[in-house]
Amino acid sequence: MSGFFSQAQQLQAPDVAYQAVLPMLLVLGAACVSVLFEAFLPRERRWGWQVALTVVTLAGAAISLIVYGNDAPKAGVKTFSDVLTIDRPTLFLWGTLLLLAFGAVLLIADRSVEPGGAFVAQAAIRPGTLQDRVQAAKVGMQTEVFPLTLFALGGMMVFCAANDLLTMFVALEVLSLPLYLMAGLARRRRLLSQEAAVKYFLLGAFASAFFLYGIALLYGYAGSVKLADIATAAAGTNRSDTLLFAGMGLLVVGLLFKASVGPFHTWTPDVYQGSPTPVTAFMAACTKVAAFGGILRVLMGAFASTNWEWRGVLWGVAIASMAIGAVLGLTQTDVKRMIAYSSVAHAGFLLVGSIALTSKGVSGTLFYLLAYGLTTVATFGIVSLVRDADGEASHLSQWAGLAKRSPIVAGVFTFLLLALAGIPLTSGFVGKFVVFSAALQSGMAPLVVVALVFSAVAAFFYLRVIVLMYFSEPAADGPTVTVPGAFTTMAITIGALATLVLGVFPSFALDWAGAGGFTF
Amino acid sequence: MLQAYVPLVLLFALAGAFALFSVAAAPYIGPRRYNKAKLDAYECGIEPSPQPIVGGGRMPVAYYLTAMLFILFDIEMVFLYPFAVSANALGMFGLVEIALFVATVGFAYAYVWRRGGLDWN
Repeated sequence: MSGFFSQAQQLQAPDVAYQAVLPMLLVLGAACVSVLFEAFLPRERRWGWQVALTVVTLAGAAISLIVYGNDAPKAGVKTFSDVLTIDRPTLFLWGTLLLLAFGAVLLIADRSVEPGGAFVAQAAIRPGTLQDRVQAAKVGMQTEVFPLTLFALGGMMVFCAANDLLTMFVALEVLSLPLYLMAGLARRRRLLSQEAAVKYFLLGAFASAFFLYGIALLYGYAGSVKLADIATAAAGTNRSDTLLFAGMGLLVVGLLFKASVGPFHTWTPDVYQGSPTPVTAFMAACTKVAAFGGILRVLMGAFASTNWEWRGVLWGVAIASMAIGAVLGLTQTDVKRMIAYSSVAHAGFLLVGSIALTSKGVSGTLFYLLAYGLTTVATFGIVSLVRDADGEASHLSQWAGLAKRSPIVAGVFTFLLLALAGIPLTSGFVGKFVVFSAALQSGMAPLVVVALVFSAVAAFFYLRVIVLMYFSEPAADGPTVTVPGAFTTMAITIGALATLVLGVFPSFALDWAGAGGFTF
Repeated sequence: MLQAYVPLVLLFALAGAFALFSVAAAPYIGPRRYNKAKLDAYECGIEPSPQPIVGGGRMPVAYYLTAMLFILFDIEMVFLYPFAVSANALGMFGLVEIALFVATVGFAYAYVWRRGGLDWN
């Protein structure tokens, strides 16, 4: 028996840089407290406490991030036995996530646009039954969405900081599982929402399996799941590359799925359309940030030395993603599906920046994520405002002549669409500019030309909506534009203002994004 | 070196012999009293067929909650054993960590309890 015990290594308690990981600990701790609120507070008091807790947590995490970021070591800190790296890109991604989550939480907390909030009170009641009709007349909402949001956000923060693949996988699950649930909580069109949740769950579980299988093969190759060890093994051995590239392929498929890069995007339109709009905003903005944070770190940390083997494949993936997003976006008749395809096209542009594998590429992609996320949150805020008797009027034909009904909403939406299209003086233009110039410097001129062509194609379907809003006669029984409450107004204002500021004075954010590279 | 496995092999042989003996001997020495429960599949949950006409073959969702709770505490155990083995090496840090871990599981348990997940009806 003593033989078995002597083989076991003595465990050592890891060193933890508490100040560096405080934002993450605050978010995850608040998520636990939020569960206790759900358990012990009476039903009518939950909403207020949950909103207060979530907002205070996000603010506290942001403050601790800024305080730490001001005098953080430039080389970054590795903590928790080196499984987390808090370097400059991590800090930037965390800041981006907290800001975007704040905007999304404002949309989630709003109860004025949809009376009682966008979330159903009892998601388990079968749609269409007698109990469902009784519930539809009430204004209560499922406040579990707040702890779920905090858990998802905590998972995303760990995901961007993870320095080893197993931690990354656990974080991937922590961020995904709450999102699957949140997708199914819509108050209106509940079957569509539940369908979205099931589709997202099944395809997401499939992608997680790919990711995990990739980790297993890479462990077989390198004997370690740490990014730095995989990089060392890939650079300095003459063993067969089969395991390395098979493992990397599976791993990257899992990551590309989460980032909704085409051709791994098939869940995106259905889930974006079916989910409650605030959740779509959270998912579209924050998941994309987390997923591309992970992609950047994995590509730079583990596979940079072998890039001449695999970069061609990701060229193809980026082109496919831009083409799918731009071409299929043209054929959509639903606003939310159209923005979903636009996000597929944007994922292609982001991938162009990610495979540049230079510090310019990293900072450009980080800036693009911030700019795109803020624009997206505001866009979905506007989408939630245009309503008719059945809830959101998301069919494009219902948006005809919107400028005559509500010039302000149409004006802001036009500005946001121009930002998504990448017109100068918006953050979208600066984002595309820095990403494409990084790709050019990295010797990917043909890819940049293709990307420019597809951004021109994609611009067409944004412009189509603008033309529809301004130059069509409104339908007689068309939708009305709800006057948003304070929360939604704030979310849209933050998003739209940031889109303008990052478009006109982008240098401060570009400086933050380029303040330092990854540490492995 | 392989000698370490001799007790294990003996145990397997003993277990196999016992199982064979039980199956072979039961028809000769056991009483035979059949009833419906004895013909059901053993410990496999609800009979999947024939489905009841009312409810379309759905089963109470409480099964699902109970199964989830079981997994929750099962996983807690899985983590407590390695902690117990290394408790001395991990010292105070490990104790605080495991207390936090148990507390987190406790939060989930409190949630299920307060929201009626433990009431069968």
